Amino acid sequence: MKRVDHAEASSRFIAAKEHVDFHDQRLWDLRQKRDREAALIPEWEDLRSLASAIKEHALSRLADYLEEFERNATANGMTVHWARDAAEHNQIVHDILAAHGARTLVKSKSMLTDECDMRPFLESRGIEIIETDLGERIQQLDDEPPSHIVVPAVHKLRGDVARVFGRTIGTDPANSDVPYLAESQRRHTRPYYLRAGAGMTGANFAVAETGSFVVCTNEGNADLSANLPKLHIASIGIEKVIPRVEDVGVFVRLLSRSALGSPITQLTSHFRKPRPGTELHVILTDNGRSERLGMADFWYSLKCIRCGACLNTCPVYRRSGGLSYGSTYSGPIGVIIDPAFNLRKYSSLPFASTLNGSCTNVCPVKINIHEQIYRWRQLIAERNQLPMVKKEAMKMAGKVLSSPKLYRAAVQAANAGLEYLPRFMIYNPLNAWGRQREVPKAGRQSFREWYLANRGGK
Amino acid sequence: MKVGLFIPCYVDAFFPEVGVATLELLERLNVDVRYPLNQTCCGQPMANSGCEEDAAPVEKLFVKNFASFDYVVTPSGSCTHHVRDHLTAIPQDPKVQKVRRSTFELVEFLHDVLKVREFPWARFQHKVGLHIGCATLRALRSASMSELGGPSWSKPRTLLSGVEGVEFVNPARPDECCGFGGTFSVVEEPVSAKMGYDKVHDHAKAGAEYIVSPDMSCLMHQKGCAERLGVKVKFIHIAQVLNGARA
Amino acid sequence: MTSRDEILARVRRNQPAARELPAVPGFEQALPSPSRTFKASLERMGGTFFEPPPGTDIERLVRKTFPEAKVICSATVEVAGDRPIDLVREPAALEDVDVGVVRARFGVAETGSVWLSEAELKINALGFLAQHLVVLLDPADIVANLHDAYRHRGFFEAGYAVFMTGPSATADIEGVLIRGAQGIRSLTVVAAPRAAATLS
Repeated sequence: MKRVDHAEASSRFIAAKEHVDFHDQRLWDLRQKRDREAALIPEWEDLRSLASAIKEHALSRLADYLEEFERNATANGMTVHWARDAAEHNQIVHDILAAHGARTLVKSKSMLTDECDMRPFLESRGIEIIETDLGERIQQLDDEPPSHIVVPAVHKLRGDVARVFGRTIGTDPANSDVPYLAESQRRHTRPYYLRAGAGMTGANFAVAETGSFVVCTNEGNADLSANLPKLHIASIGIEKVIPRVEDVGVFVRLLSRSALGSPITQLTSHFRKPRPGTELHVILTDNGRSERLGMADFWYSLKCIRCGACLNTCPVYRRSGGLSYGSTYSGPIGVIIDPAFNLRKYSSLPFASTLNGSCTNVCPVKINIHEQIYRWRQLIAERNQLPMVKKEAMKMAGKVLSSPKLYRAAVQAANAGLEYLPRFMIYNPLNAWGRQREVPKAGRQSFREWYLANRGGK
Repeated sequence: MKVGLFIPCYVDAFFPEVGVATLELLERLNVDVRYPLNQTCCGQPMANSGCEEDAAPVEKLFVKNFASFDYVVTPSGSCTHHVRDHLTAIPQDPKVQKVRRSTFELVEFLHDVLKVREFPWARFQHKVGLHIGCATLRALRSASMSELGGPSWSKPRTLLSGVEGVEFVNPARPDECCGFGGTFSVVEEPVSAKMGYDKVHDHAKAGAEYIVSPDMSCLMHQKGCAERLGVKVKFIHIAQVLNGARA
Repeated sequence: MTSRDEILARVRRNQPAARELPAVPGFEQALPSPSRTFKASLERMGGTFFEPPPGTDIERLVRKTFPEAKVICSATVEVAGDRPIDLVREPAALEDVDVGVVRARFGVAETGSVWLSEAELKINALGFLAQHLVVLLDPADIVANLHDAYRHRGFFEAGYAVFMTGPSATADIEGVLIRGAQGIRSLTVVAAPRAAATLS
């Protein structure tokens, strides 16, 4: 499995100047909106602590809460399935659709279904799938994965969308008026809701107390997908279970403020029973979550409510784009989740970070993201997944820096090198620092030399 | 109170004037400060790469050099953060724990331990863009953080306010990371440079003549970016300003 | 071993040591005028708030607000509309509805949200297929914040319940805010006290 090279992908992203600057400013804008909203709530930090504590408790008793959820959901008339992994999840979805003769599926946003790579699995078996979230739809039509948890096509400018729609749904490729594009997607998608054999949603929260689940959206597509077809399938990661209805209030107050800087999503939907004459199937999916639950350094990542605030604040994510992470989950949360799926493939991601800590500060459930990034670096080094060059450089650095004599010689050599080497030798493809920056000027003497000369051998 | 002065390797090699200013400033404040001659590095570069095994002998040497002091003071927030929070590659005996506890970044030391606020010998008649490195800001909590809201406060700013002539400018993103990040600056060079360019442009646009910081590593990176871009902003470490540098 | 058993066994084995479940406080605030706070919140989210004088003919108000509407479908006693919802068999049959009219069970001042369940919507899809939605809300049914809201019995009784806060919206393309994404294009909340016992 090929290692994701985040740095290489990022250089291509940055080369598209208009795109990278827009992307950076748009997401920074969301971060600022989040700040403004949080400032309006005096109890904001209390809410974060509460949300974190509720999640930690729920995860510490997850098995009981899963059983309680299943019991209540089943009593309500839902059918509850359990999927060990992505393959089983996809098979279950397929089997449900097949049992109902459903050939067209309208689905709203679900990171879990992306994670399970569900679409190609179903499409290869003759199911037509319509992504109904506008951002997901753009990405589907462009054959690209989503690049952000909440705004999947944030890396595209309106001209890009116009070209994609022009190629696929028959709009005028030269017309990049945003209302025109949004209206076109509305009109194009609407007939699908009316005739689809099944609708699919994810879930933001699953409430054990009532056997219900909550879906937070803005466009109306999830509620159309869920309330028109006679079959509703909900894919839910096992970590989404929370104990009580009153807990939902805490999370709903934090979610949209953190994600978009709006007090609440336009629609917050609670599903407890199938509509009369219809079926509602829930697929509780593990796919590595129970494994992560047992990782002492990393299980806090399961608290995640998928708000995307960490992506919005991350200066690296804003300038490299979600696609450069090579995974469903990008940005800071992706950096700490992905290596658990595949350490080798994602071994560069924990290094796509300056460890600045802003992500941890904005996380509504207080995941210690930057601390987990640091810990992953240690695991990657321990398991020999560092690039050879880096490994050797660190070994060498350790040797030099643990010997005062070798260190002093290196300082002298560095100074001499900078003073005497011609520019072309300092600035060349081998010197990454020098590609876009000047190197420091050579000092006449090191601090140590000055100290010896001016303060004696004190 | 015996203070051991720790000078990070890049300051030792490339910016000795920052070390000099730090030493002279502490001496002005009547601190008994010495520079152990056999010091090298705190172990951060190796540890931040996950290479605890390679960091261990370096950390051991650090503790050996500084064990006899009451305080260890350094003009570097990231080194301080490493020593206090991450110096874990070696067994944590009482000597190690004491050195870790006693290590302070310069601004912290001046503000919290010496509690100094006035710098009557200093004058810096310039428009200043204050940059606080992320370790100094979020790990050492040297200032309020924009993510957390609440009243705005800043130890470096408080100290600089005691210097005549300093006029602060307001960049659009005062506490966004500048992109140095240690080895990040090399292994993720495209994003690092882009972040540095954006930071320098932000300060320049806000009218900064000088970018002042407690963190020379950040300044080294930003300076490299500004020089390549031809942006006419200058860079100086807070120790130099507090010690009386006029420019 | 079934997947269920396997998953639960692994979860049980890996669960961290028990953490306490905190009580959720109410974060009460005294609101001098719940209606006024509700109105400001709703308008912020793109909705409209009408406070007609007592005795207003709500149906006339709706038709005046939507003069082009050909199909008004109401689930309320106050408005008869063009298509009685009780006669609608399939949700898809609401596809051509211009204006839906419903009465909310309650509203939330903090966010400007209205709460609707299958009891209020009669057919859930009415709230999403209609081009526009008019929601009657008794101002006495406005609670202060979401913590109050989530203590409502409705969450334990309804098969489907939704907080609607303004019209459907998206900003997925270049961050340009579009009101009226795929659901309703507009949401109008009309302050209308509940009728006293209806004579049938």
